[in-house]
Amino acid sequence: MPKLLSGAEIVFKALEDQNVEYIFGYPGGAVLPIYDELKNHKSIKHILARHEQGAGHSAEGYARSSGKPGVLLVTSGPGATNAVTALTDAYMDSVPLVCISGQVPTHLIGTDAFQECDTTGITRPCTKHNWLVKDVNDLSRILHLAFEVATTGRPGPVLVDIPKDIQFKKGKYQFSKNTLKKKLNGKATHKISNLELDKFIDLIKRSSKPIFYTGGGVINSGPEASKYLRELVSLTGFPITSTLQGLGAYPGDDPQFLGMLGMHGTYEANNAMHDCDLMINIGARFDDRITGKVDEFSPGSKKIHVDIDPSSIGKNIKVDLAIVSDVSELLKSLIKRFKEKNKNFVSSNKQKTSKWWEQISKWREKKSLNFINSDKIIKPQHAVQRLYELTKKQDTFITTEVGQHQMWAAQHYKFNKPNRWMTSGGLGTMGYGLPAAIGVQIANPGKLVVDIAGEASVLMTMQEMSTAVQYRLPIKIFILNNEYMGMVRQWQELLHEKNYSESYTAALPDFVKLAESYGCVGIRAKTPSELDEKIEEMINIDRPVIFDCVVDKAENCFPMIPSGKPHNQMILGPEEEEEISDEGKILV
Amino acid sequence: MAKSKSAYSVPGKIGKIERHIIVVWVDNEAGVLARIAGLFSGRGYNIESLAVAEVDKKKHISRITIVTEGTPQVIEQINLQLKKLVPVHKVADFKRGEKDILFRELAMFKILGNSKKIEKAKKICKKFNPVILDKTKSSVVIQVTALRAEIDKLALDLKSLGLISTSRTGAVAMTKGSKIFN
Repeated sequence: MPKLLSGAEIVFKALEDQNVEYIFGYPGGAVLPIYDELKNHKSIKHILARHEQGAGHSAEGYARSSGKPGVLLVTSGPGATNAVTALTDAYMDSVPLVCISGQVPTHLIGTDAFQECDTTGITRPCTKHNWLVKDVNDLSRILHLAFEVATTGRPGPVLVDIPKDIQFKKGKYQFSKNTLKKKLNGKATHKISNLELDKFIDLIKRSSKPIFYTGGGVINSGPEASKYLRELVSLTGFPITSTLQGLGAYPGDDPQFLGMLGMHGTYEANNAMHDCDLMINIGARFDDRITGKVDEFSPGSKKIHVDIDPSSIGKNIKVDLAIVSDVSELLKSLIKRFKEKNKNFVSSNKQKTSKWWEQISKWREKKSLNFINSDKIIKPQHAVQRLYELTKKQDTFITTEVGQHQMWAAQHYKFNKPNRWMTSGGLGTMGYGLPAAIGVQIANPGKLVVDIAGEASVLMTMQEMSTAVQYRLPIKIFILNNEYMGMVRQWQELLHEKNYSESYTAALPDFVKLAESYGCVGIRAKTPSELDEKIEEMINIDRPVIFDCVVDKAENCFPMIPSGKPHNQMILGPEEEEEISDEGKILV
Repeated sequence: MAKSKSAYSVPGKIGKIERHIIVVWVDNEAGVLARIAGLFSGRGYNIESLAVAEVDKKKHISRITIVTEGTPQVIEQINLQLKKLVPVHKVADFKRGEKDILFRELAMFKILGNSKKIEKAKKICKKFNPVILDKTKSSVVIQVTALRAEIDKLALDLKSLGLISTSRTGAVAMTKGSKIFN
């Protein structure tokens, strides 16, 4: 008879068998047996956060930068509810997380016991699946299944709720791989057929105004997918644009890359999306920040959509060729088939797409990311550009909070590798970037990790600086400080007659002193002339840094597609906004 | 165009609404019905009726029949989203009015009245496999099985004959002939 283990021992045995190295968490009454067992498992290191939301975002940052699932351990009641934002964030952005939560003992469930909440009920809509473990003999099976659900198909968060008595009880441990044989998420067990590939290739060959539109699915499919994507884009000679989450899958400084698309995407990317005759969507989901008004979205194009999640296809936009597949597998087969019959496609097809490229050059001449720089005050875009120039030589990982700074980071920081860019896109969680940077730094020791932040967002999870100091994680918090919730202020300026209702933060902390009180380094830059030197100083410090970059308070993020408008009606900048102010108001 | 003050896009054209019957085979485990119902409410889909019971005691498989309404795009989403749920084994989808599918609902009517009225009520129910489940001098409980619209009409007709209580199941469905759902 196999040796019986306690529930807590089973948890660690399962984590060991899943090769988990780090768990992010926060102890509490209902998980104490699991925390008690921690000391017996040297291969697993626990990172103590300061708030469960922080632990969750750290686990996300870890997962997104390493390609491995993030593991989160929280207690019952408030521990679990605090983790909900991170779980929802991971659900929206397809990040594999396994959250283990403690629960009150089985006999107290339903009695409104101390720190009891209906954790599986609360997290049901923000996880791919969750389990309440009622029998210790189910625990090992459920834990392994949890890892499988989180990491297969379209990745996402799962939660296993373990009552305290189950953590003490002795039971059998079992580990057999492929417990979830019958289905992946969305049952994407589809085999790619040559028929589909030939249709795909046929559409490519017929097109004279093509565009690749790629998203986070390329990143989630692993580094191979980015390699294949680069090969395919080079084989076809087609232009490519990327969503916020897809940045880095294709080199940001490549001439075929048109920049990010969407609400704050480039003029050339959005116009090319609108006017193309073939749109090749690889691993993106036609999000509303991308499509704008659905009825007028790219009206004249044939659309191909490759996605691992069948429910993402046809949800917002109807497509002409739908392929349910992992990006890497599809691209590999497609490239092979394409090469067989289409040698020298780029040169033979050049004529056909030359007019399209001419048009794209014209759009590019608008230089839609330009801004009016100043030598007196630091423009936030300039700060991001300088940060990029001064960090591009080393392998840098960027996280962000949510708002204007996030868009400026996406526009002006050029990514060349996948898994280097961690931002909360779907849920748009302010306070994501700092704890995410902690997770990124843990997964990538010795690498430069910068959270491009706004002062409002970063205050939401500022307590995690204490975590960074405790574990000697030299993350850099680069705050573009304009004293406003910038994106809120921008919308109020453009849509609500400059009624800046509650978007100004009075009584901000002194970030330099705040850094010092946490035991890390504070740096402040106030003028463009000192910016480079201060950024260099930040990079060279091997300790956590809070960098207070005092920027122009009134700067707005352009270009932008006003709500309800198609892609070819962008506002380019403040000049245009003033010229057509009356009409412009109607536009937004 | 009306001036939009929203950071979100304006709604587009809405397609034609269709009624569908969706049959779902699920593991009969705790919370499974909440997952299904939560998916519908969370994504703004309608449930007109829902019938659920375990059909395989050994494998603990339940069969859920859901009547819903939506545009073809929404119906497709419902199918795809349901298939993503871990305890869901398979999903079958039928448009109301498809010929080779059988639908039935069961209803119980309680009628109070004299024997004359009760006789009349029984007569009205005749076409719908009536079963008298309980009878007293002044009351009767009649069970009928019929289509949704037929039961709607019956209930209306029985009103004047002393109908005081109605209990209905949601629709259940099955294919005609030797074919089975797959």
